[in-house]
Amino acid sequence: MELFVIFLSAVFVNNYVLSKFLGICPFVGVSKKLGPSLSMGMATTFVMTMAAAVSWLIYYNILLPNNLTFLKIVSFILVIASLVQFVEMFIKKISKPLYNALGIYLPLITTNCAIMGVALFLVDKQYNFVESIIFGFSAGVGFTLAIVIMAGIREKLELADVPEYFKGAPITMIVAGCLALAFMGFAGMI
Amino acid sequence: MSKNKVSLIKEFTKGLWDENPVLRMLLGLCPTLAVTNSAINGLSMGLAVLFTLTSSSLIISIFRKIIPKEVRIPTFIVVIATFVTITDLTLAAKFPEISKALGPFIPLIVVNCMILGRQEAFASKNPVGRSIIDALGMSLGFTLTLTVLGAIRELLGAGTIFTLQIMPESFAPWMIMILPPGAFLTLGLMIGAANWINAKVKA
Repeated sequence: MELFVIFLSAVFVNNYVLSKFLGICPFVGVSKKLGPSLSMGMATTFVMTMAAAVSWLIYYNILLPNNLTFLKIVSFILVIASLVQFVEMFIKKISKPLYNALGIYLPLITTNCAIMGVALFLVDKQYNFVESIIFGFSAGVGFTLAIVIMAGIREKLELADVPEYFKGAPITMIVAGCLALAFMGFAGMI
Repeated sequence: MSKNKVSLIKEFTKGLWDENPVLRMLLGLCPTLAVTNSAINGLSMGLAVLFTLTSSSLIISIFRKIIPKEVRIPTFIVVIATFVTITDLTLAAKFPEISKALGPFIPLIVVNCMILGRQEAFASKNPVGRSIIDALGMSLGFTLTLTVLGAIRELLGAGTIFTLQIMPESFAPWMIMILPPGAFLTLGLMIGAANWINAKVKA
């Protein structure tokens, strides 16, 4: 039950993009077409789940026992950077189609603040190992949901008559604002 | 000499408007949106970024000739992460309220693409003085944008700016402005307005 609440909360109520503002760069940058944004969402979910597991292990098994918590930021970012590199090589080796679908998005994920956010929040909230993995996974699902909805809207928006100075980023922000408003409706769910 | 001087000033001012990281380049959007529910939070985030960006630019620029090209990105990240840690611990020790209000967004400066972007695009290729001027200009542009964004949201969402009462008593605060949707809406309108002003100035 507890795990389910974590899942619902990360996907809807505390959606990473729309209420915590993490991962805005890919959200604005890659949400032009439905296909690529779904791939980006999947790649992010994958890395997020892995990053949550690895950073939990590092924090509670290496940093905390040795009183090295001040190295939290440096070690998390290194873990994420090498993890992304590793995942990229791994996928390339085992599945060519998956690599072609996710490949170009993987390096971008290193600087996706949502991944770093997951690592920092799970320490902040003192989740245990299983909770952390669920948390990472559901944050990724939430990110995918937001970016896919956004891409769907933007595909329609191409046909709309947007004022000239609001084309591109500004209208995307305003649409995101409306989406965030809609997602606020989930607040009463938990 | 005089030519050099002029271009140094240009190096500084480009960050304020022409290449404003938030309004023109759309970099560093996460902290921009997340912490600007009041003017003071926007200002503190801006100053934290100012310190981190300037110090990292200084270090990267000094060592730019000995950092091997292949590992430059990890090197930048480690340098940035070090300064972010310093900022985080200093804020927690000296200004606990600010540290609490900004929460995990201080550690998240490390993945602020604007800082990494400046190292890659500028500090790793230019002499120390010029890099510092560039970093100062960029982060001042960032700070100004965040403070204005925070001030607008605070004014409409709570009727105050820097906790000073501005709106008359009868003004009903627009709660939505200090909640997440307000951040997206205000920033969207600000970027649109910046586009409009730019087009008017050029014409």
